[in-house]
Amino acid sequence: MSDAHAATVTQPTWQGGGTPLAVGHKKLGMWLFIMSDSLTFSALLLSYSYVRVANDWPTPFHFFPSIVFSTVMTLVLLTSSLTMVFAVSAAHHGARRKAVKWIWWTAIFGSIFVLLHSYEWMHLMVDEGMYPWANEYGTPVFGSTFFLITGLHMFHVITGVAYLAIVALGYRRGKWLPEDVEVAGLYWHFVDLVWMFVFPLIYLLSTSVD
Amino acid sequence: MTEVEVSPEVAEYTEVHRHPEPKGFWSKYIFSVDHKVIGIQYLLLAVVAVFVGMALSLLVRLRLICPECSYPTLGTLFPVGAPEGVMTPEFYLAMLTMHGTVMVFMVLTTAPQGGFGNYFLPIQIGAADMAFPRLNMLSFWTTFVSFLLLMAAFVVEGGAPQTGWTGYPPLSAVPEATVQGIGQDLWLASIAVFCIASLLAALNFIVTILDLRAKGLTMMRLPLTCWTWFITAILGLLAFGVLLAAGVLLLMDRNVGTSFFVPGGLVVSDKQIDHSGGSPILWQHLFWFFGHPEVYIAILPGMGVTSHVLSTFARKTVFGYRAMVYAVVAIGLLGFVVWGHHMFVSGMSPYSAFVFSILTMCIGVPSAIKTFNWIGTMWGGKIRFTSPMLYSIGFVSLFVSGGISGIFLGQPTIDLYFHDTYFVVAHFHLIMGVAAIFGMFAGLTFWFPKMFGRMMDERLSKIHFWLTFIGVYAIFGPMHYLGMLPHPRRYAEITGVDFLVEGGAAQLHLFITVAALLTVLAQFLFLYNFVKGIYAGKVCTDPNPWEATTLEWAISSPPPHDNFGGKVPHVYRGAYDFSLRGAKRDFAMQCNDDKAVYGEQSAASGD
Repeated sequence: MSDAHAATVTQPTWQGGGTPLAVGHKKLGMWLFIMSDSLTFSALLLSYSYVRVANDWPTPFHFFPSIVFSTVMTLVLLTSSLTMVFAVSAAHHGARRKAVKWIWWTAIFGSIFVLLHSYEWMHLMVDEGMYPWANEYGTPVFGSTFFLITGLHMFHVITGVAYLAIVALGYRRGKWLPEDVEVAGLYWHFVDLVWMFVFPLIYLLSTSVD
Repeated sequence: MTEVEVSPEVAEYTEVHRHPEPKGFWSKYIFSVDHKVIGIQYLLLAVVAVFVGMALSLLVRLRLICPECSYPTLGTLFPVGAPEGVMTPEFYLAMLTMHGTVMVFMVLTTAPQGGFGNYFLPIQIGAADMAFPRLNMLSFWTTFVSFLLLMAAFVVEGGAPQTGWTGYPPLSAVPEATVQGIGQDLWLASIAVFCIASLLAALNFIVTILDLRAKGLTMMRLPLTCWTWFITAILGLLAFGVLLAAGVLLLMDRNVGTSFFVPGGLVVSDKQIDHSGGSPILWQHLFWFFGHPEVYIAILPGMGVTSHVLSTFARKTVFGYRAMVYAVVAIGLLGFVVWGHHMFVSGMSPYSAFVFSILTMCIGVPSAIKTFNWIGTMWGGKIRFTSPMLYSIGFVSLFVSGGISGIFLGQPTIDLYFHDTYFVVAHFHLIMGVAAIFGMFAGLTFWFPKMFGRMMDERLSKIHFWLTFIGVYAIFGPMHYLGMLPHPRRYAEITGVDFLVEGGAAQLHLFITVAALLTVLAQFLFLYNFVKGIYAGKVCTDPNPWEATTLEWAISSPPPHDNFGGKVPHVYRGAYDFSLRGAKRDFAMQCNDDKAVYGEQSAASGD
């Protein structure tokens, strides 16, 4: 947005005629969306905890082919957050080409995460007979929670990749502004943060120590 | 009215939510991004839904007084549910479920917030539109899709779901447990879509209130209507996400074969269900974590309108404005930590029940603050008994009547006895159903001249008020007694239940049904008055017929496309400056500076 907008944004006021939290509408809206969405994930993770303590949980569970694979997935997702930081930083310094490049890298890492995750899913379903409704290793709720929570997270990542692509194209053409890149960054970091809860709660808690 | 021209900075800053006036029919009335059109769309949706809901409640009432009576039209419409026009018990439950769902989601949630909130929030804070007009349009049309999905549940094979508006599993999770059909799936899909629509709308409301207030309009100068819309939006933002998660889990249980809510070893119709590992109580936790805030989503805007209208027609400032604001905030916060009081009979540790009970009692404090402040606002005022004033006083009455029984039900020892009886039906209908509806009547009659530039017939409104006010007490008052018999809820008939028959339940049911029929008839009077008002009501050229103080009364009726004609109003004072000493009029509008209120001289002398 133009300098005039920046001027109003940086004057926090609760007196009216300004933006009291010193952020634009879109950024505030994204923060609110994140609050709402985090409650959706909290509800799912709490449900997971609820059925986990109420059942004979199949632990340790080896995952595919071992916990190393999902650790690599985690690393890929974290790297995408780093590239997103670079993108936002470049956008704020007005380095448009550089910012667009970093956004694309973020989208690429996000896509790699989705591919790795799908590979893991395929393997667990086809080779090991673990489905949302059945599980050879114990209670079927294990499979239900695993596929639902990671699935909803994957849906968020896929949506995020599409969102990043739109922002990258729009920002390159000058239709979108540095602030829009930052708002996309907020969403992307949130999706990463969710994984930072999913990974320990679902993977690390269920894996074997040795 | 004092206005300032848009400065370049402000123009730039408000540009996000400004949009040119639409020309075509579709962009103007159907896919409009104008908050006023969207507000009216929400209201129309609610009006359609409320008549559907009322018709369903009548079917429920008719089944209760005469289980074997035949209604041939019904038999034609629902050959399965009402063979030869006689309603089956399953049909009764389906009507009950749909009545609750339609009323709670499509009426109590849409009209006060989506309808009045959309229309008047931007105007009352001096904005040209909501912060995200397109998102606003998306919210409405998503809600509309949700409504269609819900209505579709009537016509699919197997008919509407029978699990109550709370959709408790395993009944709702195991298709074998009820009629095999997709009615329950449609119901769940409708709820899930509604959640998305509502949380997007809530997000929009919060950003609008925080960012788009006119210069000088501090948070503590906001009309109380805006405060209640604000808190309602926060509740919606945080509650609907959780219901969405619960809805997805239940949909998976029904269609993918997961068993989040289905316990192991469940036997339905002599058949063991092939699910294990889940817990029906989990659904109750998730549902009521949404469900209790939902009650406040329905009632808070009504409280705002009531405060607003009482102050305007008592010609006095709101008694304890700050206390009113803090009370609304407190009710909103407490609303998130009391969901357990819906589950006292579900099997709960007495220690948890104790905590939930104490927290529930705490809500009595801010509620009492509000009630006494409403009375304090009227006390010693020069009350003008207009129809919105009557509806607001009715709101206070119903809120107190419904609230008192809430104090009973909040205590686990009493709730164990009352929970599954008509006592609860009476309680929640009075407080969240009818009280909220009276808030809507107050809002509709109060803002009607602003929305349509014409007046409703005051005489008809007053007749409607008295009929409805007496009617709802006649309906729900006796239900307290039924509950004490105790008459269980959800029974399709009382045939053969001796203690109910001997206790006089049949006569009371007959009385309630007659009262309900008459009350529903009275609503057609309101509908007639409303429709006639739009087309042939007395033209109201005065922009401020009620001599009210807030910004919407400073602009013409109906308001122009961008509300303030490209200008931004400046706010100089709080929302309820009435009966001012030394002023030229007995009230001061928020956009009047001291010079406009007291005249040149007294402003100069610093009076």
